[in-house]
Amino acid sequence: MYTLETVKYKNILNIDRLHIPKEKITCIIGQSGSGKTTLIRMLNKLISCEEGEILYKGTSLKKVDSILLRREAIMLPQNPVIFPGTVQENLLIGLKFSEKPLANENKLLEILNFLNLEKSLKENAEKLSGGEKQRIALGRILLMEPEVLLLDEPSSALDEDTEDLIISKVVAYVKSNKKTLIMVTHSSKVAEAFSDNKVELAKGKIINHTGGTNLG
Amino acid sequence: MDSVLNLNLWQMASAYIFVLVLLAIVKIKGISREKEIIISTIRMTLQLILTGYVLSYIFQNSNAFYTIFFIILMELFAIYNTFKRVKVGLSKQMKYTIGISMVSGTLVTILYFIFVVIRLTPWFEPRYFIPIGGMIIGNSMTGISLGVTKLVDGMTNRRDSVEMALMLGATPKAASKSIVDSAFDSSILPTINSMVGMGIVFLPGMMTGQILSGVSPFTAIEYQIAIMLGILGSVALTVIVFVQLGYKTFFNEEDQLHI
Repeated sequence: MYTLETVKYKNILNIDRLHIPKEKITCIIGQSGSGKTTLIRMLNKLISCEEGEILYKGTSLKKVDSILLRREAIMLPQNPVIFPGTVQENLLIGLKFSEKPLANENKLLEILNFLNLEKSLKENAEKLSGGEKQRIALGRILLMEPEVLLLDEPSSALDEDTEDLIISKVVAYVKSNKKTLIMVTHSSKVAEAFSDNKVELAKGKIINHTGGTNLG
Repeated sequence: MDSVLNLNLWQMASAYIFVLVLLAIVKIKGISREKEIIISTIRMTLQLILTGYVLSYIFQNSNAFYTIFFIILMELFAIYNTFKRVKVGLSKQMKYTIGISMVSGTLVTILYFIFVVIRLTPWFEPRYFIPIGGMIIGNSMTGISLGVTKLVDGMTNRRDSVEMALMLGATPKAASKSIVDSAFDSSILPTINSMVGMGIVFLPGMMTGQILSGVSPFTAIEYQIAIMLGILGSVALTVIVFVQLGYKTFFNEEDQLHI
C-alpha cells in the first residue's frame, strides 16, 4: 500500500526503506518521541517528507491529491477532536467533510453498538468521557468505510478490557472487508496479538521489522 | 441663524479645559496616563491643523491627481494601521491579503458611491471625494482589523479542529468554514450595531458637522443614510474578500496546515 524510500523529516524521522502491505494489519510501536506519529501523519499527507519519497499504490505522494488521499486513507489522531454538537452530528461529520452520502440512523445505531457505546444519538458529544469520545471518533471513521485506516493510539483512553474488545472488533472488520490498517500503539501486547506486520521505531529509525515482506 | 458660527482662537483654547480636567483626575487617582493624554492631545491638534491646511489647498486647487494621491495615502495609512492594530503575528502572505482586500473592497464602494449614488461632477471634486473616501476607508479598516484578529486567533486556537477536519478528507475551505464565518460575523457586527443606534443614541459625526455648518438636517440625513449604507457595503466587501483569501494563507499547495 505504502512504500517509503530514504525518507527523512527534520531530526525526527530517518527511514531507509519500509513497505506497508495492503489488506494487512501493520502496527507501529516505539517509545514516545520515536517518530511514530510523524510517520503516520506523513502517510495521511498532513506533512511531507523533506527528503526521499513515499509511494502510495505505486504513485509518489507528491503526485497524489492530498484531499482525495485523505478520503481513502483516513487518520484518527491520538486526541481526536469532538466538534460541538450531538453524538449523531459527530458521527456524520466525516461523511460531510469528505462529501460522501450520509448514513441513516440505523447505521449510526449499529456503529454505537459495535463500539459498545450505550449512548443516545441526541446526546451532547462534548459531555462524554475521554474513552467515549475516542470511540465516537473511531466510529465516524468506520462510517466512512475507508480503504486505509491510519489510527494513532486508538485505544489510549480506554481501559484494558475495552481496548481488547474494540481493537479486536476493528481488526475483524478490517480483515473481513479487506481493508488496510496501520496503527500506532504504545501497547506491545496489542501489537503482538493483532499485527501481521510490526515496525518498531527508535529515534526515528526502524530497529525492528517483523512479519513484513518487501514485496507486494 | 444661517451663517456658520466661527470659533475664535480663545474660544478654541477654552475647549482644552476638558483635557486639563482629565489630567487632574488621573493625577488625583494616581493613574499614570498623563503622558499619553498630553501626547494624544498634541497629536490630534497638530494633525488636524495640518490636514486643514492640506485640505484647503486641495479644495482650492482641485484636480484629479490630488484626489487620487490623497486616496492612495489614506489606503496606505489604513493598511499600515491594520498591521499595527492587530496584536497577532502576520505572515507576509497575510499582509499582502490584507492590502488586496482593503484596496479592492473600499475602491469598489467609493467608486460606486461617487459615480452612481451621488453622481459627483467633476468626479474628483475633493470636497466630497476625500471625506467620503475617508469614512469608507476608516470604517473598513476597523472591520478588517477585527476580521484579521478573529481569523488568526481562530486558526491558531482551533488548529486541532481544522486538522481533524483535514484528516477526515475536508477541503481547507470546509475545514476552516466555521472560523471564517465567525470572523466575518464579528467584523460586521459593530457596523450593524451602530446603524441600530443611529439618530437616537447618537448623531453621527458627518451629519453633526453638516448641521453645524448650516446644512438643513434633512440634507444632512440623506447624506448620512447614503454614507452609512456605503460603509456597511464597504466593510462587508472588504471583510468577505479578506476572509475568503485569508484562510488560504494558513494552508500550503499540498492542503497542509502550516501555523
